[in-house]
Amino acid sequence: MKTINFYVFVFICLLFVSCRNIEPTPPMVKQPINGFYLLNEGTWGSNNASLDMYDYETNEYTQNVFPSINPEVILGLGDVGNDLQIYGSKMYAVINASNIVEVMDAATAKHIAQIEIPNCRKITFYQGKAYVSSYAGVVLEDNTQLGYVAEIDTSTFLVNRTISVGYQPEGMAAVDGKLYVANSGGYLYPVYDNKLSIIDIETFTEISCVEVAVNMQTMQADSHGNILIVSWGNYNDVQSDLILFDTKSASVKKRFNIRAGSMCIVGDSAYVGNYDYLTNQSSYTLVNLASEELVPGSFISEGYESIVLRSIAVNPDNHDIFLMDAADYVSPGSVYCFSSEGEFKWRKIAGNTPGYIAFKKKTQL
Amino acid sequence: MLFVSSRKGSTGIMRNFRLLFLFVLYCVVTFSASAQLDTTKVYALAEVQFSPKRQLKEMVPFQTMDAGVIERLSCQSVADAVRYFSGVQIKDYGGVGGIKTINIRSMGTNQMGVFYDGIQLGNAQNGQIDLGRFSTENMESIDLYNGQRGSVLQSAKDYGSAGTIYLNTRKPVFNDSINYHLRATMKAGSFGLANPSILWEQKLSDKVTLSASAEYTYANGKYKFRYKKVKNDGTTAYDTTAIRENADINALRTELSLFGKLKEGEWKAQLYNYYSERGIPGYIARNLYFHKQRQWDDNFFVQTHYKQTFWKKYSILVNAKYAYDYTRYLNPDTTLQYIDDTYKQQEAYLSMANSVNIFPFWDVSLSADYQFNSLDATLRDFAYPTRHTGLVALATAFKFPNIKLQASVLGTFVHENVKRSIAASDIAVFTPTAIVSVRPWRTIPFDIRAFYKRIFRMPTFNDLYYTFVGNSMLEPEYVTQYDLGLSYHYHDGKHIFSDFGIQLDVYDNQVENKIVAIPSSNPFRWQMKNYGQVRINGIDVSMDFGLQWCCYWNLDLRLAYSYQESKDLSYVADSPYYGGQMPYTPWNSGSAVLNLAYKTIGLNYSFIYTGERYSSSANIPANYIQPWYTHDIALSYAFKIKSVKCTASAEVNNLFNQQYEVISGYPMPGTNFKIILKVAL
Repeated sequence: MKTINFYVFVFICLLFVSCRNIEPTPPMVKQPINGFYLLNEGTWGSNNASLDMYDYETNEYTQNVFPSINPEVILGLGDVGNDLQIYGSKMYAVINASNIVEVMDAATAKHIAQIEIPNCRKITFYQGKAYVSSYAGVVLEDNTQLGYVAEIDTSTFLVNRTISVGYQPEGMAAVDGKLYVANSGGYLYPVYDNKLSIIDIETFTEISCVEVAVNMQTMQADSHGNILIVSWGNYNDVQSDLILFDTKSASVKKRFNIRAGSMCIVGDSAYVGNYDYLTNQSSYTLVNLASEELVPGSFISEGYESIVLRSIAVNPDNHDIFLMDAADYVSPGSVYCFSSEGEFKWRKIAGNTPGYIAFKKKTQL
Repeated sequence: MLFVSSRKGSTGIMRNFRLLFLFVLYCVVTFSASAQLDTTKVYALAEVQFSPKRQLKEMVPFQTMDAGVIERLSCQSVADAVRYFSGVQIKDYGGVGGIKTINIRSMGTNQMGVFYDGIQLGNAQNGQIDLGRFSTENMESIDLYNGQRGSVLQSAKDYGSAGTIYLNTRKPVFNDSINYHLRATMKAGSFGLANPSILWEQKLSDKVTLSASAEYTYANGKYKFRYKKVKNDGTTAYDTTAIRENADINALRTELSLFGKLKEGEWKAQLYNYYSERGIPGYIARNLYFHKQRQWDDNFFVQTHYKQTFWKKYSILVNAKYAYDYTRYLNPDTTLQYIDDTYKQQEAYLSMANSVNIFPFWDVSLSADYQFNSLDATLRDFAYPTRHTGLVALATAFKFPNIKLQASVLGTFVHENVKRSIAASDIAVFTPTAIVSVRPWRTIPFDIRAFYKRIFRMPTFNDLYYTFVGNSMLEPEYVTQYDLGLSYHYHDGKHIFSDFGIQLDVYDNQVENKIVAIPSSNPFRWQMKNYGQVRINGIDVSMDFGLQWCCYWNLDLRLAYSYQESKDLSYVADSPYYGGQMPYTPWNSGSAVLNLAYKTIGLNYSFIYTGERYSSSANIPANYIQPWYTHDIALSYAFKIKSVKCTASAEVNNLFNQQYEVISGYPMPGTNFKIILKVAL
């Protein structure tokens, strides 16, 4: 009896211990994904960023839904779409050359607000706040320009705080109270920038700056406290690469030494793709994030190497894989759907340079 | 727009790209001229407007406008006037200072040659001539040729373009008793325009005359523009009006020329300088109504011309030119990357042409040109290219009562050097032209004519060496033209229906190795490649009517219409966009100019129509652009105060306030007006 009580006691203590480590999250009812929105970047100067919509139930893909849903928005969605994400019940489209973040209702794509952020690039979220990277920071004496990150309240859409980072910041990831920012140095051809800024979110100050890789673009956190980063290299002697960064030690854990243009993480799989302009071929490589090893072979069946791969998205529910094909960047591109096994399902014509997918649910929280 | 990457990441490239994009838009070189209404010639107005003799001589499709027509057309610049020719597309980015480039029969603006007083205006940097910089003040005539001008004596350069425009400035003409002319003009009106100019012509001796002119242009460039969208049910979605900002211009043109008469010949020496400072208004997009970029330019050239005929058989023509062009482009807008770049170009040119009239019906000519070009730029890792071009043209012409034939071959030799990276390889190419014109009935001025021409254009310095975007492996871009047409002209000064002319041509053009920007080693690195291929078929029609009655009345009507199919064949054959109509090329376009004059009062009405087109060769609804049309009206009155001849005119343009864009994102002005006052001694 005493032994059982002891184990029960230990068990209850463990429960409390584990409770203390659980992060407080709002109760979420898991809704199935019923479709997605796709943001087409458009051509710079043409004011033709556009939003497409796909419905799983009807298998219907509708191009350019924004003007008909929001006819009163002057001059439409805007010029150059740079990122698209859904957080809670709202959808955020970063419209780079129009210097705004367009906020819509995620279920209906109805316009809610526009947030003014000059030369905005990417968006990420953490605990009710949105973080947007921007190229338009402080101009230094030598006429080079630092970037910054703006923290936005997702209920008031006001910019709370800003922090200066490195040169031409792009993708970000928030992990455990810290915000990691990739400084691409895109204006600094041919040298670029190679630093990852680490920001303490509570005080909104830069804790440190780590040299990782040249011209980093996008990043995503996995479930092991690591961040996977895509670097595009310097288009010359330094090639593109995929890097695993350990947030606990704030250092590079692994460099995969594969060509990487875009990626998407779902669960413990990272889907990495790259289009090689010299061979005109795309490659598709899976990375196992638990073992931190490349999976040999391609996650897309043969015959689709000529897709001009712009970006990859994976459905977190059924692991459908979506490849966005930029074609020639001026005429309409397409989006391809493959099963989780990499078998071709369908292809739809999108807009000019399809770039970002945000999965939508029947009702959002 | 096609050049520009959709993504602004890695903006070392973007910055250069944007610059490339903007430099493709904003080019160097200017020119200005003016026209005069001479009231003593009122009765002969019909002849001044319409030169049947010139039309009769030309063997290729030829259109012209003389000083009288240009002046009445309410044009601020040559670009405005040229819109009234058939087969011409103008890319107009709007406003007084906005860039305006010409494209004939969709062959591309770089294939066009623009000549100023017989010598070609150059721009080795981006190959584009901004016709918006050439005012109409000093212009005696503007001539447009498809193929090439059929002159027996011309420099090798005259053979070197797919189509040519000749801007001919006013030449002083003195009656016996007068030995000077003095003229002052003031133009003012919308956009805050203040545009005074003066012209002084002086007879120095029996053989030598001098002409000096200066023109200052200021405009704040502001105008209202409106974007309105209507929902499917007819209610207004949005209706917003804004003002075009950062569109100001400050420009000064100064010109000095000496003209000399020789026995059976002439010579001319001229100095020209154009300086400008302007704002670049940029494109309109959501939340983007104001740009801050600025540009300074200085275009200077000195050119001389000598022509003489000996023993009525042998003629010689010598042209020489030196040009210096400076451009500074500044982007102070901290939303975007800071740019402050300076470009300096130099050009030296020498040409000698000889022709021999072997028999009355047979001429042979040989011309040789040499040109040197260099470009200095403050761009990072710049190549500092220099180019040597040699041109040799051999031509022969037969003139019989019923038939005229011309054949020519042009040899082009190019060698380049660079200080960094690799220079383009040397070029040695021969290209032919054949022209024939048949007059079935000797006494009736009705001609059937045809021409074949193959020509190319060199890649520009920007195409080859622009940092990061340039591609020194580029090959020239070729154009092959076939044309078949007819022309008829009638002139009878004694009847009411005094003039009639019609010109109709069908043509087939092919552009190969078209130089376009496409993504290369990665999505942000766009490079120039010989990727494009275009097939163009079309019909150009132009008609003129002239009527005169009751001594003092004159009516002049000019009509132009073009139908064009310009197919983009650079896609793969099974692409849905293969064969799509080239960007901004309308299927139908046309113009009408009506002028009514009574003694010294003139009323002019002009109309331009540009049909539907697409902003991309992917002809999908998202890229559709509506047709646009504008009506302009002008009234002028010439009178005398003592011995001073005066002219006052008022014009209202875009009478019905149509809100339109020639290029998407660049709204054009609505209704605007101008008042002009001229005095002449």
